[in-house]
Amino acid sequence: MSVFDHLSDLPDLPARFTGDYPIMVEGLTNRFGDQVVHENLSLKVRRGEVLGVVGGSGSGKSVLMRSIIGLQRPAEGRVEVLGRDITAADLDQNIGVRRRWGVLFQGGALFSTLTVGENVEVPLRQYYPEIVDDLRHEIARYKVRLSGLPDAATSKYPSELSGGMKKRAGVARALALDPELLFLDEPTAGLDPIGAAAFDRLTRDLAETLGLTVFLITHDLDTLHEICDRVAVLADKRVIAVGTIPELLASDHPWIQEYFNGPRGRAAMESKERAVHKAKAAMDKDAPRGDTG
Amino acid sequence: MRDWAEYSIAQADGGGASLAFSGRLVVSTVGPIDHELRDLETPLASVDLANVTEMDTVGAWVAWRIARDHGAQITGASETAARLIDAVKSSASDAEIVPPRRPLAERVPLAVGEMVYAWGGGIVNLLGFLGAILVAMGQTIRHPSRFRLRSLVHQLELVGVNSLGIIGLMSFLIGIVIAQQGAVQLRQFGAEIYTINLTGRLTLRELGVLMTAIMVAGRSGSAFAAQIGTMKLTEEVDAMRTIGVSPVEALVLPRVMAAVLMMPLLGFFSAVVGIIGGAFLADLALDIPFFTFLRRIQEVVPLHDVWVGLVKAPVFGLIVGLAGCYQGMQVKSNAEEVGRRTTMAVVHAIFMVIVLDAFFAIFFTEIGWD
Repeated sequence: MSVFDHLSDLPDLPARFTGDYPIMVEGLTNRFGDQVVHENLSLKVRRGEVLGVVGGSGSGKSVLMRSIIGLQRPAEGRVEVLGRDITAADLDQNIGVRRRWGVLFQGGALFSTLTVGENVEVPLRQYYPEIVDDLRHEIARYKVRLSGLPDAATSKYPSELSGGMKKRAGVARALALDPELLFLDEPTAGLDPIGAAAFDRLTRDLAETLGLTVFLITHDLDTLHEICDRVAVLADKRVIAVGTIPELLASDHPWIQEYFNGPRGRAAMESKERAVHKAKAAMDKDAPRGDTG
Repeated sequence: MRDWAEYSIAQADGGGASLAFSGRLVVSTVGPIDHELRDLETPLASVDLANVTEMDTVGAWVAWRIARDHGAQITGASETAARLIDAVKSSASDAEIVPPRRPLAERVPLAVGEMVYAWGGGIVNLLGFLGAILVAMGQTIRHPSRFRLRSLVHQLELVGVNSLGIIGLMSFLIGIVIAQQGAVQLRQFGAEIYTINLTGRLTLRELGVLMTAIMVAGRSGSAFAAQIGTMKLTEEVDAMRTIGVSPVEALVLPRVMAAVLMMPLLGFFSAVVGIIGGAFLADLALDIPFFTFLRRIQEVVPLHDVWVGLVKAPVFGLIVGLAGCYQGMQVKSNAEEVGRRTTMAVVHAIFMVIVLDAFFAIFFTEIGWD
C-alpha cells in the first residue's frame, strides 16, 4: 500500500467513541460585546440519544451549537466533544474530531454551484483522496437515497430543489463521512406539517440505523414529542432543565410551563396521546384473535 | 502509516473462493482495498465479515457491492453490520452525479442562439422600461404632489455630492497625464505650447464627461441595480405594488432623474479639475505659469466644446440610470442574481456610453462644431 503512504500525515480516524457523554459542556460563557448570551452553562449529551434543545428566540440555541462545533470561541468554559477539548485547540488541530460530526445548518447551506451529489462528495474528496472516483460516486448516490431523496435529485442544483429537499440534501452531506454526531439546526422550520413529520421519521430512522447521537435545535413541539429522547431547555442564559417531557412537565419553571402547557404545547401532547391510544387499541384488538387462533 | 482495512482470499473446496475482511471496515480505512477489489477476477462464493471489528455505511457498501458483483453470500455479519448492509442495499442507486452535458457541437450554437434571442428580448424590454419611466414622469407632472422630492434630493447627494472626491482625484490625474504625454510628443515638433489646446479641448469635449460616466456607472449604476434588486428579493417592491405605490415612480424615477441631473454638473466639474491638473503639471514641468495656462485655455477652447460636453452628459446619465434600475428590476428570487445583474448593469452602461460617444463625436464634427 506504499502508494498511499503520502496520506499518512492525516491522522487515523479514531475508533468509535465509547464513553457515556459524547458532548460535555461545562461552565460555558459566551458574550457579544456587553451582551451575555450564556453564563456558566452546562450540558451533557448521552451517547445514542436524540436530544432536543428548545428555548425562546434569542436564547442562544444556535450560539450553543456553534460553540460545540468550534465555530464560536467561548469567553469561558470547557467544551468536550467525543473526548476532545474543542476550546483548547484551534479548528485545524481538530480535524480528527471534525470528521466525526455532521452539521445541518438552518437553510441547508448547500454549495450552490455544485449538484447535490457533488455536495455530498466534497467532504469525501477533502479528507479521503485515496477513495477512487467510482466508490465516491457510489457513496454519494446511496447517501442521497438514504436521506430520502429520489434518484433524480442527485444531479440537481440546490436552486432546483424545494425547501424540504434542500434540508434532506443537507442531511446527505452531513452524513457523508459517516459521523457519530449529527447536529440539526431547526430542521423542520419552514416545512409543511407532512414534510415535517416525514423529516422527523427520517431523523429517527437514521439515528437508529446508524447509531447516531443527535443534537437537535427545534421550535417544533411535534418534533420534541415524536423523536426526542430528552429535551434541554435554554433560558436565563443557561440550561435550566434537561429531561424527558414528563419530567419537564413536573418542573414549575414558568417558561417551561408556558411552553409545554400553552395551547400549541397541549395540542402536540394530545396528538401524541391519541397516537399512543390508537396503537394500544390496535394491539388490544389483535390480542384476543391471537389467543383463540 | 494509516491502518487500512485488510482482506484475505481462501479457496474453498466446493468451487468459488471466500473473501474475508478483517479489521476496521470504515470510510477512513476502506479506500485502498476497494481499489484492489474492483480488479479482482477470482470468482467469489462468500464474503466473510466475522473478523470485522467496526463497520460504517461505507464499509457496508463495499462489502455488499463486492458480494453483489460476484453473486456471493455474506456471512458472519454482526447485527449492526447486517442492519447497515440492509440500509445501503435499499438505497443503492445509479443516478447521475452531474446532469449530462450536450456535445460541444450542440452547446456552442445553442449558447449563441440563446444569447442573440436574449438580446432581442432585452432591447424590447428596455424600451418598455423607458416607456414606463416616461409614463411615470407624465403622472408626476400631472400630480406634482406625488413627486418624491425627498428621495430625489437623497439620490442627488449619493450620485453627485458624494462622488465629487473620487471624480475630482481621477480627473486631476488624467489632466496631468494628458499634459505630460502631450508635451512629450509635441516637443518633437517644437509645438509644446499646443499642450494647452490639447488638454483644454480633450477634457471639456471628451474625457471629462466620458470618464465621469464610467465612474458614475461603477459607483451609482451598480448601487441602483443592487438596491432595487435586493428590494425585489425581499418582496419590498411587491409590497409597494399592493399598497398602490408605483415602484417606477418611487424607486426608478428619483434615481434616473438624479443621474440625468448630476451628470452635466459632474462632467463639467471633471473637465475643470482636469484642466487644473494640466495647468499644475505645465507650471512644474513645462515652464508655463499656472495662470498663463488658464488664460490661454479661454483663448484656444471654443465655447461649443463646453456645449458638446454638456449635451452628452445628461444622455450618458440617462443610460447609466436606466441600465442600473432596469437590471435591478429584473432580479427574480435568487440572491446570486443580484450580483450578476449588478455586473450586467455596469457593463451595459459603460458599453452603451462608449458606443454613443463615438456617434456624438461624428455628429458634432458634421454639424461644424469641430
